[in-house]
Amino acid sequence: MSAAENIFIRGIGAVSPAGWGVLPLREALAKGEPWPTRELDRSGWARPFRVRRVPPPLPRPGFMSHPRLRRASPITQYAVAAALEALGGDVAGVKCGSFRLGVVLCVMTGCVNYSRRFYDETLKDPASASPLVFPETVFNAPASHIAALLGTNAINYTLVGDTGTFLQGLALGADWMLNDRVDGCLVVGAEEMDWLTADAYRLFARKVVLSEGAGAVYLRAESPAHPAVQLHSVTQSHLFLLEQDRARAARQMRTELHAGRPEHLLCDATQGLQNVDGAELEAWRDWPGTKLSPKWILGEGLAAASAWQCVAAIDTLRQRQHPEAIVSVVGCNQQAIGARFVISNPKSQNSNPSE
Amino acid sequence: MLFPPKYRPGPTSRVVATGAGIVTSLGAGWKPNAEGFRAGRVAIQPVTIFDVTRQRVKVAGEVALPPALPETLLPTRRVRRLDRAAKLLLLAAHEAWRQSGWASSDDLPLVLGTTSGGMSLGQDYYHQAITRPHSPRRQATRSLHYQAQRQALDLADALGVRGPITIIANACASGANAIGHAWDLLRRGRAERVLTGGYDALSQLVFAGFDSLQALSPTRCRPFDAHRDGLAIGEGAAVLTLETLEHAQRRHATVLGEILGYAAATDAHHLTQPHPQGDAALATMTDACRNAGVTPAQIGYINAHGTGTPLNDSAEAAAILRWAGERAPRIPVSSTKSGIGHLLGAAGAVEAVVCLMALRGQWLPPTSTLESPDPICVFPLVRQPTALTFEHALTNSFGFGGANATIILRRWEPGIG
Repeated sequence: MSAAENIFIRGIGAVSPAGWGVLPLREALAKGEPWPTRELDRSGWARPFRVRRVPPPLPRPGFMSHPRLRRASPITQYAVAAALEALGGDVAGVKCGSFRLGVVLCVMTGCVNYSRRFYDETLKDPASASPLVFPETVFNAPASHIAALLGTNAINYTLVGDTGTFLQGLALGADWMLNDRVDGCLVVGAEEMDWLTADAYRLFARKVVLSEGAGAVYLRAESPAHPAVQLHSVTQSHLFLLEQDRARAARQMRTELHAGRPEHLLCDATQGLQNVDGAELEAWRDWPGTKLSPKWILGEGLAAASAWQCVAAIDTLRQRQHPEAIVSVVGCNQQAIGARFVISNPKSQNSNPSE
Repeated sequence: MLFPPKYRPGPTSRVVATGAGIVTSLGAGWKPNAEGFRAGRVAIQPVTIFDVTRQRVKVAGEVALPPALPETLLPTRRVRRLDRAAKLLLLAAHEAWRQSGWASSDDLPLVLGTTSGGMSLGQDYYHQAITRPHSPRRQATRSLHYQAQRQALDLADALGVRGPITIIANACASGANAIGHAWDLLRRGRAERVLTGGYDALSQLVFAGFDSLQALSPTRCRPFDAHRDGLAIGEGAAVLTLETLEHAQRRHATVLGEILGYAAATDAHHLTQPHPQGDAALATMTDACRNAGVTPAQIGYINAHGTGTPLNDSAEAAAILRWAGERAPRIPVSSTKSGIGHLLGAAGAVEAVVCLMALRGQWLPPTSTLESPDPICVFPLVRQPTALTFEHALTNSFGFGGANATIILRRWEPGIG
């Protein structure tokens, strides 16, 4: 199979506090109101955290009874659900080996539930620490479960970093296809809720509302039969360094992206906290188009949240609400990075951006 | 732009290492490690950095950190906050950086592999959060520096580099994946230089985790021994300065060796156990050879993943037999984990540096703890310090979750490029 030239979005999937699937995500964002919070108990404190949790799935998805997933932690369940939704009808093709499917999983805190639980057991009595729990603490456990469920043995990376890492994952997956390493690639961002993460986050942003879930984008290189959303570009990763603060990194990212038009969408990572949002708001101060900020609605879902941003942006393009969308992520502590999605022209099989 | 990538037109580039830094329980730096690996020294000793009194196993390949870190661009305040993992990484990177003669740069990708980043800080955070929940003292620093991107950013600031940071956490294959990814960026013209490697520090959680799985040897780590009973955990880091051959030649750099091929695959058999016949390992060895343009007959030495667990070593042996076929009885194999333990996310990078050392010195590192070779190993196991003339080495790395990777390295002699 020859190497690809363009990268198209074949499918999207999501699990969020709004529910299991892209549809509840779309509806929650369309409603535009902050999703209700729940209390999360916090060790040693009378006052609980306010967080946004993923509701239990109804009905329980069949994949949860797979032998590999019976003991898996929530992050794996979210990642798998989003991945399967994104793959849609191509699941059968992957399972029968008709094409090579790469997997890129992006996380920031990863498998924190089981890590905390296992360490707690270790502190109490190492001899009784559960050997069933420990393997699920490893960062790449969810990606491994996805591969096992689908029966794919192609390349599979787990990337760790801040919230911007999901966009790096998109670039990596696309690059694998350009390089003919795989025929399709699932890029998944996932996180799970834990009081430990919430406890750590409050040290930096007292009013942050943490959330959890997953988002998945399924990339393919084949030309679509109808207009489809295309990954046009992913900017450089602009690091937060001694000589480059968040504001400068955000501005650098902005300069790499389209100036925008009134009909375009900016899907950003702001969440209504001035000390967190300042650099990103400033970088996009002159944006002429529509803005969508999923974290205002769903909370700080870390790697899952940047995946929701991309899923939401792609979804609006698919719904013909906008001809083009920019995703901006000024991350927690590593990088500012952006991506641009456009609707492809089926005749030329090339992107048809307005610039 | 990360995407679409800007490729340099023309054929793929050759990729060479011009600097290598290494820290293991054998010591800090190329020299003590080369001497230790060549002699087959075993540097496994009682763990001192956390309490192991209630663990089944009480030894590991613990690094004796030097009293001071090398001078870098990192402010003293930041240096004081570095955790054990960041120190290991910085030590290895500084050695590679100095050896390469590289200068700070605005466009230098950093690709690292790790399994647990600054896990010990995460543990400290948790401990304080449950014992003194209302005390925020040092908690912000711990929560920040526990994250792998913090160690990478510290390294970038220490050396004055600005480029995308990619952190691959593919369990015990992470270090090999990082080097392989860097190799891929270079050969396809995405970059002219990449700083890459792997690191992991000992932590109580991970130690207890392997102990709970009864994967740690209660006797002695003896990879490929018929009576092997588990692995030893270790810690350390290895970093390589990789660049295209053209770039290295333009600046008249000393080349340590060539990275010739790489492949990665996923073993979907089980979360912690390899496929008994080593299907994914066979795939990565085969694909890496194809990428490198070599055949098993040209491989002069295999640095095996060789953890010393019954399941890993038998699966890897099966894969080597399938891959090498009739050639298997003539390819020397050893596992250097017998001397330093399993360095998890650092293992693949450390073992790539061991291969560079062996290729440069034309010697083979022995598995000196081996007593009774497993009959499944029809290949010659290196048990004594050995001198050998060889051109190509292959190193395997396998991890939890079925992460498999293989790297092929080539000896470098001035004038052959």
